[in-house]
Amino acid sequence: MDKATRGILLDPLHEQNPITLQVLGICSALAVTTKLETAFVMSAALTFVLVCSNTTISLLRNKIPGSIRIITQLAIIASLVIVADQVLKAFLFDTSKALSVFVGLIITNCIVMGRAEAFAMANPPMASALDGFANSMGYSVVLIYVALFRELLGSGKVLGSPVFASVSDGGWYVPNGLMVLSPGAFFLIGLLIWVQRSMTPTLQEAD
Amino acid sequence: MDFSNKYVLGFALLLCVVCSALVSSTAVALKERQDANKELDQRRQVIRVAGLAQPGDALPKETVDTLFESIQGRVIDRETGDYIDVPVASVDPIKESKDAEMSAKTPSEFKAAQVSRLSNRLQVFEVKTPGKECLVLPIHGKGLWSTMYGYLAVKNDLSEVVGITFYAHGETPGLGGEIDNPSWKAQFPGKSVFGADGVGLGVVKASAPRDADYEVDGLSGATITTKGVDATIKLWLGPAGYGPYLEQFKTQG
Repeated sequence: MDKATRGILLDPLHEQNPITLQVLGICSALAVTTKLETAFVMSAALTFVLVCSNTTISLLRNKIPGSIRIITQLAIIASLVIVADQVLKAFLFDTSKALSVFVGLIITNCIVMGRAEAFAMANPPMASALDGFANSMGYSVVLIYVALFRELLGSGKVLGSPVFASVSDGGWYVPNGLMVLSPGAFFLIGLLIWVQRSMTPTLQEAD
Repeated sequence: MDFSNKYVLGFALLLCVVCSALVSSTAVALKERQDANKELDQRRQVIRVAGLAQPGDALPKETVDTLFESIQGRVIDRETGDYIDVPVASVDPIKESKDAEMSAKTPSEFKAAQVSRLSNRLQVFEVKTPGKECLVLPIHGKGLWSTMYGYLAVKNDLSEVVGITFYAHGETPGLGGEIDNPSWKAQFPGKSVFGADGVGLGVVKASAPRDADYEVDGLSGATITTKGVDATIKLWLGPAGYGPYLEQFKTQG
């Protein structure tokens, strides 16, 4: 693997992470992370949309007129999102109910348009697909981290099976209600950003 | 790169055609599966609220189908209470309530439920399982933030409530969201439904004086949500909702 490809693949996981560094895609990171299962499905949906949109837009990059470039990207992304939403409704009905509007809102997820505009418009299809995949993984890693702790601390479960026996089931663990609500995700993402920037001083902005 | 206006228009047109073809073909190809999922989901709710399953049961499709052999879904005319001979799955009262030709304005005395229109056709599920006979009625009304969708099950002779459930709502988790908490819902079964002057069943403010035969304790910290539940029950059991149908069902046995 040459250096450029490695950069495309690994940067979004850490030094250019879409959520913790670029602070994009926050709304879904707050909304669909109360349970690990929904976070997995959301990640899969975003991966599908981002890889496909990046590839398609990159294939068309020399054909798309600059004057209608944004709306073209949007039309492609929106179509892919609707397809993903329809597939979820047909095959994973219960999870799609839990995700409700947030699958549809992938359209407005800044990561997707950000990658289309910043990368796919200027790079060949293969590299764009890789870039889409890597950014999705960067997003998924954060989503899964947040969801893991929110589900564990908020309801004492992991993937729906009890880990800490909660008080209402006769156990000892008092579920932390804060974790179930959106602010809980803010705290978790904040902590992650703090840890990441402390470990990698180059990421810190000058005061 | 410079593109002529003609090219730009052509490109936009082509893009639209390709995208819409993609979207509509997926929608058409998957419709059958999605409808089956929706119906299965609705059936699960009906089975749960009618008390035919334990709360934790997963209810796979086979079980649902077996249990549904003794449940008959019917479509009724809201105003007369008569049966309409069409398949239940073909009617969507929520959608029809948005269509001016298929619905009517909610009478002003029921405005507390904040449902602006009521569809002319409604679904009911008549449970004939021996020993568990009841009627399951889809209901909806507004709480604090959102419209709450649910089912209310009453005994065949309309004497008492069998169960209530809310399957979709956007109330505050931990406060109004507790309307789907099993221990709160457990207050409903056994309550009487109709009193001397109309619908007696209702929800009153938490720990306020209440008529224990008819009324359920509200949720503390969720006054508006519980008022909404109360108004929803009153609307749907009343003359503008399932009233005429229940009347007929009772007299005909």
